[in-house]
Amino acid sequence: MSTDLPVLRPEGSGPAPGAPPGPATAAPRRLPLPPLLAALTAALLISVLCGTGLGAAGVTWAETLRHLRAGLTGGTITPDEVSSYTIVWELRFPRALLAAVVGAGLSAVGVAVQAMVRNALADPFVLGISSGAAIGANAVLLFGALASLGVWALSGAAFVSALAAMVLVYLAARTPQGLTPLRLVLTGSAMYYGFSAVTTLMIFMAERGEAARSAMMWLLGSLGGATWASLPVAAAVVLAGIGALLWWARSLNALAMGDETAAALGVDPDRMRRGLFVLAAAVTGAVVAVSGAIGFVGLMVPHVTRMLVGADHRRVLAVAPLLGAVLLVWVDIASRLLLAPVELPVGVLTALIGVPCFVLLMRRRRYSFGGA
Amino acid sequence: MQVDIEDLSVEIAGARLVSDITLRAGSGRFVGLIGPNGSGKSTLLRCAYRALRPAAGAIRLDGDDLHALGVREGARRLAALPQESASEFDFTAGEVVAMGRLPHQRSGGRVTARDTAVCAAALERVGAGHLAGRSFPTLSGGEKQRVLIARALAQEPRVLVLDEPTNHLDIAQQLEVLALVRDAGLTVLAALHDIDLAAAHCDELYVIRGGRIVASGPPDEVLTAELLAGVFGVRAHRVPHPETGATRLLFDRLPTP
Repeated sequence: MSTDLPVLRPEGSGPAPGAPPGPATAAPRRLPLPPLLAALTAALLISVLCGTGLGAAGVTWAETLRHLRAGLTGGTITPDEVSSYTIVWELRFPRALLAAVVGAGLSAVGVAVQAMVRNALADPFVLGISSGAAIGANAVLLFGALASLGVWALSGAAFVSALAAMVLVYLAARTPQGLTPLRLVLTGSAMYYGFSAVTTLMIFMAERGEAARSAMMWLLGSLGGATWASLPVAAAVVLAGIGALLWWARSLNALAMGDETAAALGVDPDRMRRGLFVLAAAVTGAVVAVSGAIGFVGLMVPHVTRMLVGADHRRVLAVAPLLGAVLLVWVDIASRLLLAPVELPVGVLTALIGVPCFVLLMRRRRYSFGGA
Repeated sequence: MQVDIEDLSVEIAGARLVSDITLRAGSGRFVGLIGPNGSGKSTLLRCAYRALRPAAGAIRLDGDDLHALGVREGARRLAALPQESASEFDFTAGEVVAMGRLPHQRSGGRVTARDTAVCAAALERVGAGHLAGRSFPTLSGGEKQRVLIARALAQEPRVLVLDEPTNHLDIAQQLEVLALVRDAGLTVLAALHDIDLAAAHCDELYVIRGGRIVASGPPDEVLTAELLAGVFGVRAHRVPHPETGATRLLFDRLPTP
């Protein structure tokens, strides 16, 4: 961020019609997109590399790079390198990649949900999907449900219960006039509390102490369970979701202006909102299934992105996933290193780091969802 | 492009808000809808820009049933300025105008040079070229309305529908907005709450009360003292404009019995 951000609100109402164009200071500054995207892509590559190289167990950078090359090209390693290879290739690298996928997914869905309900406080979890997923995850963690599914039990149960929660919220929020923004937010929030109560009750009833601890960890969000197996589905769903949102970016602009405006511009707001709802639920479900409920990323990254590039969703949806990916990779690094060897829940750190940054940015730029 | 509204009825949650309205706006005519609050003006217009579906009847554009056209095809023929001004998103005025090209663009398609040129021309036409880079939510009411008219013009429509376009504007801005709309060369259907302004700007007026048309015709013929007393509950005086001689209206409260 540059330090001399412009004030968005000039005095008076601007020059009279026909007057010569005012000074350029009146225009909100928008960072040019191509250099920004290039910088963020580079930052993401470096971040993933750092996520792979940094950790409590001392693996040198030379070893890290050698193991990465071996893993990527199918090269060979010596027998005494097996433990460091496992750390780099089986633990840290997929974990850094998963952090990037989760950060990108939560940020993109945050953008979509904020436009869909036109509410600055909305995030991917406002629709109650994450707390629905928690019920399934806890059933596995606490009571050993679906044990026959093995490693897939946790994410499978989380994803299925996320979709079930989505159907419940959808049916409860639906009216003859379609899905209205306020009803969606209210229903989603109410369901959130309902689902959370069930989860809390499950933890309360469970006897096994360690299981309750991992359930808690899951509720706060953690990338500790990352494996190569957890990557493909999450990555595919997130990438498809971002692609679809970019495809609809212009229609999202219309929807953000209001339902009637959208209708007048040839965008059916109800159809659009139904599509966005399913997309948001699928991406959130896929992400939450592998990482738990990591808060704040989906709320903050969309706003920070709008501060940088304005509100046009074609720009926001290009930048926000990259920004979210970089952020979450670094937050995960911090969660592993700060109190090493103890690992902090990622969700705790996203909030601890995010809140002050967010407040600072907001005060500096007099931002509220964009402008006035 | 001629707009024909035929026997249109609208029901929301079982309540009939508009009943059997028939209305014609000839090509290039400026047709005003007036009526007390809650009379059904906005409901009727919402059907025209497809935010609502009528329960019965049709809206025809040069004979084609609007609700049988695709939503995008409809938006290429008919543009609208709805009453809502909800957006808090920090779009620039230029980005708002660019949304007018939406019905002409494919999802995910690129912005063409023609899109850019049409938007720039639309902004210039409403005298708002200098606002292009400004943040839309921070504009004054009159500036916003000019930008929204530019967005409608960027749709390259043949019909323009306006729901109370002069709300919350000061008098100079009201006159300016109506002049812009008049000069756009489109068929215009507008709900207006200021009867005197409507009389001065419209070619024809439809008076609506309780969801039904109660009078229609040229303003001079429609706006009789009896009608205004009956529909709006006011005592109206018709006086000639001291310069142009056109009939203007002055209003008093009806004497209480």
